[in-house]
Amino acid sequence: MTNGPRSARVRTVPGAGALPATVVPSAWTLGAAAIAALVAVPLLSVVASLARPAVDVWVHLWRTQLLELSLNTLVLLVGVGLGTAVLGTALAWLVVGYEFPGRSVFEGGLMLPLAVPAYVIGFAFLGLFDYAGPVQTALRAWLGDGARVPELRSAGGVILLMTLVFYPYVYLLARVAFVEQGAGTLETARSLGRSRLAAFREVTLPLARPAIVAGASLAMMEALADFGTVATFGYRTFTEAIYRVWYGMFDRAAATQLASLLLLFALGLLALERALRGRARFEQSHRRGPGITREQLRGHRAAAATLGCALVLTLAFALPVGQLLVWAAEAAGPFFVPSRFAGVLRNTVVIATTGAAVCAVFALVLAYARRLHPAPGVRVATQFAAMGYALPGSLIAVGILLPTAWADHHLVDALERLLGRPVGLVLTGSILGLVFAYVVRFLAVAFQTLDAGLGRIPSSLDDAARSLGAGVAGVLARVHVPLLRRGLLTALVLVFVDTMKEMPATLLLRPFGFTTLAVEVWERTSESLWAEAAVPALAIVLAGLVPVSLAIRWSGRAGR
Amino acid sequence: MWRLPRVLRVPAVAFGFLGAWLGILLPGLAGAAEVVVYSARHYGQEAAFEAFTKKTGIQVKVFNGNTGELFERLKSEDERTPADVLLTVDAGNLWNAARAGLLAKIDSPQLEANVPGHLRDPENRWVGLTVRARTIMYNTAKVKPSELSSYEALGDPKWQGRLCLRTSSYIYNQSLLATMIKRHGESRTEEIARGWVANKPTLINSDTKILEAIAAGQCDVGLTNHYYLARLVSKNPSFPVAPFWANQQTTGTHVNVSGAGVTAHAKNRANAIKFLEYLSSPEAQQLFADLSFEYPANPQAAVNPLVARWGKFKRDDINVAAAGELQAAAVKLADRVGYK
Repeated sequence: MTNGPRSARVRTVPGAGALPATVVPSAWTLGAAAIAALVAVPLLSVVASLARPAVDVWVHLWRTQLLELSLNTLVLLVGVGLGTAVLGTALAWLVVGYEFPGRSVFEGGLMLPLAVPAYVIGFAFLGLFDYAGPVQTALRAWLGDGARVPELRSAGGVILLMTLVFYPYVYLLARVAFVEQGAGTLETARSLGRSRLAAFREVTLPLARPAIVAGASLAMMEALADFGTVATFGYRTFTEAIYRVWYGMFDRAAATQLASLLLLFALGLLALERALRGRARFEQSHRRGPGITREQLRGHRAAAATLGCALVLTLAFALPVGQLLVWAAEAAGPFFVPSRFAGVLRNTVVIATTGAAVCAVFALVLAYARRLHPAPGVRVATQFAAMGYALPGSLIAVGILLPTAWADHHLVDALERLLGRPVGLVLTGSILGLVFAYVVRFLAVAFQTLDAGLGRIPSSLDDAARSLGAGVAGVLARVHVPLLRRGLLTALVLVFVDTMKEMPATLLLRPFGFTTLAVEVWERTSESLWAEAAVPALAIVLAGLVPVSLAIRWSGRAGR
Repeated sequence: MWRLPRVLRVPAVAFGFLGAWLGILLPGLAGAAEVVVYSARHYGQEAAFEAFTKKTGIQVKVFNGNTGELFERLKSEDERTPADVLLTVDAGNLWNAARAGLLAKIDSPQLEANVPGHLRDPENRWVGLTVRARTIMYNTAKVKPSELSSYEALGDPKWQGRLCLRTSSYIYNQSLLATMIKRHGESRTEEIARGWVANKPTLINSDTKILEAIAAGQCDVGLTNHYYLARLVSKNPSFPVAPFWANQQTTGTHVNVSGAGVTAHAKNRANAIKFLEYLSSPEAQQLFADLSFEYPANPQAAVNPLVARWGKFKRDDINVAAAGELQAAAVKLADRVGYK
C-alpha cells in the first residue's frame, strides 16, 4: 500500500462486473437483501395502499389543487437542491482552499447548524422577522409604517430557510471529499497552466461531484418529507396536503396513497442523482502527501470570505440560538426539573447513539454489497431501502406501527397460549420498534455518505488486498474501514443528530413513559408555548454540539 | 488529572452505555391502582390530574401524542391497549374516535349532570371537559365594536386586506366551517368562505401569531380561540386586542371542546369513569379554568376572572359532534373556494 496512486484516477467502469464474479460472496448479497427487505416493509405498505384507491379524494385534489401542489413541491426541491449545493460547496472550498481571518474557527463552526432542528430555526425566524417581530417593528419605528422585509411565508422564504438548515449535509460531504483529494490533483492541473479557480472547476469539483450530489439529494429528500416547516410557513406542498387529508378529512388511507406520489418524486430524485453522477465512477486513493495548500486571501477578498461565513453562521446558528436563549431566560423556571431532565437527556443520547450505530452498520453492508456485486438487482434494492428518508415521518411511523402490531398480536397470541395468562404487547411501542423506525428513516443518510466515500477508494486496492490472501470481510475491515474513517464518522454524526431531532416517529412509537428532548420540545410547541420549549430545544443543540465538535476534531483539519 | 488507563477506556464506555440502556429497559414498579391516559392535550391539566390522585389514590399515567397518531396507536393495539382514557382537543377528533369504535359508552348520571347535553356525544361515548370560543378578535385602536357583527360579515369588502385568518389546514377553522355547514347548508357556507377569500386575508398558521399580527397592525381583525388572547393579556395587560362575540343576533358564537372518552378495551374502566367524573366536577373544572383560561364545561365552576371580564355571551348550542360529521366536507369546501 505504500505505493498507492498519488493522484486521482478517473476511471470509467462499465455498469457491472468491476470485480470477477468468482469473488462475489452470497453472504453479503443476502445480508443486504435482508436489510433492504426489512426496511422496505413500511415503504411497501405505502405502495400497497394504492390497491384500494380513495377515488373521491383523488378526484377532489385533481380538480382543486394537484397542479399547484406539484408545482410548489417542485419549486421547493429545485430551490433547496441548488441552494444547498451552491452554498455548501462554496463554503467547503473556501475553508479548504483559502486562508482568511477566522478560517479555522469557521471550518468547524459551519457544521454547527446541523445541531439545530429545522423546526427550531423555523419558529425562531418567524419570531424575529414576522411583522410583529422585533426586526420589522424596529424598521417601522425608523422608516415609518410602510417599511417591510420580504414576506417569509413564501416560496423564497421556505427555500432560504431550508437552505440554511440543510446546507451542512453538502458542506460536510464536500469538505471531506476536498480534503481527501489532497494537493496532488490540484497542483497537477496548476502545473499544466490552469489558474487556481479553473483547476478547481475542472478537476477538484468534478472529483467531488458524487459527494456534492449525495449531500444535495439528502437535503432535497428532507425538504420533500418536511411537514413542520412548510406548515409553519403556510407553504403548501404534497406533504402538507397529505396531513390535510389525514387530520382534516380523517382519512389516513387516502393520505397514505398520496404519499406514494412522494415516492415518485423520490424516484425522480434518485434518477437525477444517477444522471448527475454520470456513468463515470471517480476513484481515488486515500490522500497521501501534503494537503491542499491554502491560498492566502487579502484585502477585500479576505473580508468578503470572513463576512460571508459569519453571515451564514449568524443566520443559521447564532440568531436562532440567541432567540432560544432569550426565551429560555423568560420561561425556564417551572419546566426545568433537573432529575427528570437528566433522564430525558439519557434517553435521547442512548437512543440516538443506538440508531446511529445500527444505521452505519446496515449502510456499510448495503454499500459494500453493492461494491462487490454491482448488479441491477442489488442497486435497486439498496436505492429503495434508502427512500424512507423522503417520506413524512408520521406516515413512515404508521407504516411501521401497523405491520409491527400485526406481528405482535400473533406473537402474543402464541405466548398467551403457551403461558396460559394474558401478556401485554411486546414489540409495539418498544425500543426495538423505535430503533427500527430510525433505521427506516435515516438509513439513507448513512448510506449516501458511505457510498460516496467507498466510491472514492480504487477497486485496485481490493484486488491487491485479495491477491495477498485477505478475505472479503478482511478487505473491508483492514482496507476500507480505515480508509473510510472520515466517511463513517460523518455518517455516525449525521444519523446521531438526525435521530436526536426526530419527532413524529419518536412520538408515536416510543414506549410508555419514554421521553426524549424532541418530545419535550413538541409537547410545548404543539400548544404554541414557544418560550417554554426553549430549554429542551437548547438541550438538543448542546447535545448535538458534542458529536459535531468531536467529528471536527477527529476528521482532522484540511491540509494538516 | 487522573485518567483511566487506556485498556480500560473502551470497556468503561461500553459498560456505561449498557448501564444507560438497562436504566431505560427496566420498567418502573407497577403501581396499584392506576388510570392510563392517551392525551393529545398537553397544557393546563396537570393540577387537576394531581388533585385526582391525591383524592382517590389512583395514579394517572399519561402518554402524550398527536391526535391522528394516537388514534392509530390505539387502533393497532386493539384489545391489548394499555390506554383507559383518550383525551383530545376538538369535537371533530372525538367524533372520529367514536366513529372508529375506539371509545366505549359511559353510563354515568354524574357526568350527565355535570356537562350540558350539547357538549357531550349524543351516544355518551365522550364528554366535553373544557369549552373554547372561536370568535372575532380586533385591534382596539383601529376598529370599533360597532363595525363588527358576525363571521359572515367578515366577507364584507370593508375588510379587504385587513383580515388575518388561520390557514385552513388546522382543525379549529375546519370545525368552524363544519358547524356553519350544519347551520346554513353547504352553498351558503361556500358563499361566506368566498367572501373571506375575496378579502385577501393574511394566512397565519398560529392563533397566537394572528393575535400578535393584529396587535402590531398587520391586520385589524381575525378569528382565534379566546384563551390564546387570555394568555397574551395575562402577560401584558395593555395588549391592544379585544374579543368581539360573533353572531349574537343570530346563531351565537362558535364553541368547541376539549374532551375525553373511555377506551373500548380499557383495563381500568371503573377508574377511568371515576377519573372523567372527577374532571367534570366543579373542583377540577375550576383548576382547568384557572390554568388554561378555557370556559369550564360544568356551569357550576367559575370562569377565570381575566376571561370573565369579557362578559357573558350567547353560544351556538348546536351539538359539537356536528364538527366531526361535516369536517371532511369543510376541508373540501375550503379547497374549492381557494381558502388555503
